[in-house]
Amino acid sequence: MSPGSKIKPKILGFVCNWCCYGGADLCGVSRFQYPPYIRLIRVMCSARVDMAHIFLALSTGQHGVFVGGCHLNDCHYITNGNYDAFGMVSICKKILGHIGVNPDRLRLEWVSAGEGIRFANIMNDFGAQIAKFGPLGQSEGIDEQVLKFRLEAAAKLVPYIRLVQTERMRVPVRTEEAYQKFFASDEFNRLFEETIAEKLSIGQIVALLQKEPLATPGISRALGLTPSEVSRFLISSSRQKLVRYDEGLKRYALA
Amino acid sequence: MDYERLLCATGPYEGEILRSSDNKHPHKIAWIHCVGSRQVLPGGNSYCSAVCCTYTQKQVILTKDHDADAKCYIFHNDVRSYGKDFERFYQRAENLPGIQFIRSYVTIVKEDPVTKNVTIRYSTPDEGVKEEEFDMVVLSVGLNPPRNFKDLANRFGIELESHGFCKVNPFNPMETSRPGIFISGAFQGPLDIPESVFSASGAGSQIGELLNFRRGNLAKERIYPPEKDVLLEEPKVGVYVCHCGANIGRIVNVPSTVEYALTLPNVVHAEENLFICSSESAAMLAKDIRERGLNRVVVAACTPRTHEPLFRDTLREAGINQYYYEMANIREHCSWVHSREKEEATRKANDIIRMAVARACHLEALQEFDLPVDKRALVVGGGIAGMNCALSIANQEHEVYLVEKDTELGGMARKLHYTLEGLDVQAYLRDLIRKVYQHPLLHVYTNAAITEASGYVGNFVTRVESARGVAEIKHGATVIAIGADVYKPTEYLYGEDDRVMTSLELEEQIAGKEERVINAESLVMIQCVGCRNEDRNYCSRICCSQSVKNALKLKEINPGMDIYILFRDMRTYGFKEDYYREAAGKDVRFIRYEPQDKPGVESVREGGRSVLRVTVTDYVLGKKLELDADLIALAAAVVPSEGRKEVAGLFKVTLSPDEFFQEAHVKLRPVDFGAEGIFLCGLAHYPKLIPESISQAYGAAGRALTLLSHDTVTASGSVCEVDEDKCISCGACIMACTYGAIDFYETPQGRKARVNAVLCKGDGLCNTKCATGAISLKHYTDEELFSQIMAAADKDITQQSGAEA
Repeated sequence: MSPGSKIKPKILGFVCNWCCYGGADLCGVSRFQYPPYIRLIRVMCSARVDMAHIFLALSTGQHGVFVGGCHLNDCHYITNGNYDAFGMVSICKKILGHIGVNPDRLRLEWVSAGEGIRFANIMNDFGAQIAKFGPLGQSEGIDEQVLKFRLEAAAKLVPYIRLVQTERMRVPVRTEEAYQKFFASDEFNRLFEETIAEKLSIGQIVALLQKEPLATPGISRALGLTPSEVSRFLISSSRQKLVRYDEGLKRYALA
Repeated sequence: MDYERLLCATGPYEGEILRSSDNKHPHKIAWIHCVGSRQVLPGGNSYCSAVCCTYTQKQVILTKDHDADAKCYIFHNDVRSYGKDFERFYQRAENLPGIQFIRSYVTIVKEDPVTKNVTIRYSTPDEGVKEEEFDMVVLSVGLNPPRNFKDLANRFGIELESHGFCKVNPFNPMETSRPGIFISGAFQGPLDIPESVFSASGAGSQIGELLNFRRGNLAKERIYPPEKDVLLEEPKVGVYVCHCGANIGRIVNVPSTVEYALTLPNVVHAEENLFICSSESAAMLAKDIRERGLNRVVVAACTPRTHEPLFRDTLREAGINQYYYEMANIREHCSWVHSREKEEATRKANDIIRMAVARACHLEALQEFDLPVDKRALVVGGGIAGMNCALSIANQEHEVYLVEKDTELGGMARKLHYTLEGLDVQAYLRDLIRKVYQHPLLHVYTNAAITEASGYVGNFVTRVESARGVAEIKHGATVIAIGADVYKPTEYLYGEDDRVMTSLELEEQIAGKEERVINAESLVMIQCVGCRNEDRNYCSRICCSQSVKNALKLKEINPGMDIYILFRDMRTYGFKEDYYREAAGKDVRFIRYEPQDKPGVESVREGGRSVLRVTVTDYVLGKKLELDADLIALAAAVVPSEGRKEVAGLFKVTLSPDEFFQEAHVKLRPVDFGAEGIFLCGLAHYPKLIPESISQAYGAAGRALTLLSHDTVTASGSVCEVDEDKCISCGACIMACTYGAIDFYETPQGRKARVNAVLCKGDGLCNTKCATGAISLKHYTDEELFSQIMAAADKDITQQSGAEA
């Protein structure tokens, strides 16, 4: 690698102790090589990884986030927590897409403690992918600061997202098919639009107006929303007494 | 075995599959099964080696992982996927693209001197005899007795059986011909890993029975100094960077990481070490902690999965809480995987150390706690497995409660009369039941039902309603041995025509010397009834041996009887192969059928009498046969016990997809459950023969003793806790926790969730479900994880809170 030619990819990984961390260990024992982009954080179960962690990682300069768990139905715990990781990552990707961050910057994989080679293959592949995307904002064509701001706003919604997930987005059976089907379904899209998407946009508007009062076009530019979407969210957030229209400034401000 | 080495990363080509002749990648590979096994030839073994079918499939799958375009051909005889989940594994291999399973004997024709390719001759049903060239041929060679077996046997004064393996008690395969000497593993005969593990624990338990009077005599208790309270101190972190000989130091510039560590906040000391895990280093570390007043320790070395317990112990020795320890893995996750990029590897090592230090500063002292262990055991199920397990535990002076749902003990074995080896099952059973009832420490509950089960490892409470009334039993260990049931066929006129019966019913009638059975002119047995199909995607393992056993018995009584066995694969694994051969020698006719072309059965009149006409396609002769039978015996599947779901629910253990009980690890922990203190044996685990059940029963007893022989068990300090002020009693955490570790209780402030630390396994699922952040997993708190994320970005955690304000 020639020095200074390119920004080196930065990836943060969250891996479960029992499988993926073991896979990464075996990868080392087997001397399979991969690029030195990733730093790993050990958790006991992939289900402990939270959206807040992912948003924080991306908003503090990571170019990609990796989550590694046990293969489905091979979870070390009888809770089968990796299905929860599956659900969390599916929703998280959706949110990333919604706020303009390339969802492929987040990757979930199952690696058993016996799959050293698989860990290396994934690291090579994901490393190359993230290298192509570059730092946050580059592949998105959106200013990095804007994206970081949106991620921080999304992080504030995590408690609400958890509530929605528990109440409305539970997959009744723990099978891979059922999870895949649910998160690819129109039902999920509808629920997402109804619950999280709207809150996200309103949350972002509020966060934006915290800095300075803005008019509709300014908001629309900053958040990558169409002016009609912005009006719709402004109306609903005015009704919730979150924002108000300042006649003097001809701009929206916090209520 | 040679091929296994090729697949291995530490093998001759570092995991590349290459031919030794020209170092080229083979793309077309053939496997030949049963080389040296199932052969009555000089140099061959008559028995089946029992493990090769599945290990070939494993090699095929791994080969496809290495090279997705590889073409793999498996030349096989019967495919013996008789173990737990083996049938699914077989299907997985079979369904990969470019894989062909070919049922044919083969001969190797030649190796091409130039291309080094090998030509194989084989036969196909459609194209007749064919010759084909392969880049590589792998021989699935079988297992032999250990090389020095005779010498070994002489030295220990134990007898060998005819193949040269150890001669064992047929009911107890760990017992040799000499009392006090036990064996485990494949010296019994060809054996797979789970069975080897059963027999290892099982031999241990039997030795425990002999040596129980001096248990614990060699154990010494460790005494640790009192723990210093450092709660109010500023973090004082010591960082120790290990060279690991050359393993880390050759790649990572260790001195520079030490220098770097000294620049990090709260680090008061850093140094390098050649081998930090040596006992001298540990003593130095403990001294350093005391003398420098360190209250946090980071060791940058290898993986915490192996070395964390060691260093935690060092912290305890030094008198600080062991949870103040954090490991930076700069070997497995750094020097070994970035060995060509020394500078980058050093930079990464710095990052990993920085993250570990940041986390260390946020660590909290946690208390592990000792729980008393109730010395008694509960065994659920009074079949052969349950009784043997209960006896072995009781023989080691622990009280045992044996709970059986039926009026009498014995389970499935009550229907069995003789074994393949000709042993009398009923005599064995009578003797076993007598021992159970006579044992002063063994309490039997028959006609029993379990109505409630609660508690945790070392302290279970189970409510049993039985002929003796209602009892609340307290016990430290639980063994699930509820057995299995027999499939009730709906096919082949079963239940409509009383001449169609199951193998077990046939056995009972043979034992009862029923005229119509022993005087029958012809009998057809049909294998794989009710399993190896869509409803039950597994092999019942015992039925092939069962049918061969019945056929041999009938031939002994009535040599003139025509017996046909219609099979898919004859799975007489191990030494059972000899009986299969014997049956074929005695003119029992074996006809293979395919699942998509099952035999047909109808009742017809022939020559003035009623017969059962069986039609089947014979693939060897290539035509449809009609067999007129007086009787038909169906090898009905072994199916999971009717009570499985109830028992699984009561004891909070899991069932596998086939609804047998799910062990903690298929290969390595085949008698343990994921839940601690609960063990498993017999048919509840998977169909198996009597000696295998007994082996597992002793194995479960051995595992239970490792718990019961201790006065206390230690529970981890990394468990969840609830901040009641934040809890809104929504129940999301309770719903997430299948361990049942969280419940509600009433407080003056209303209903709040609380964690039973003993049941909590520390996965942290609830932590990510809680909308108010009321419940958190200690040692993996958000604060700790956020500090690592911020450190990964090389930002101080205070900057984050600034950003959020």
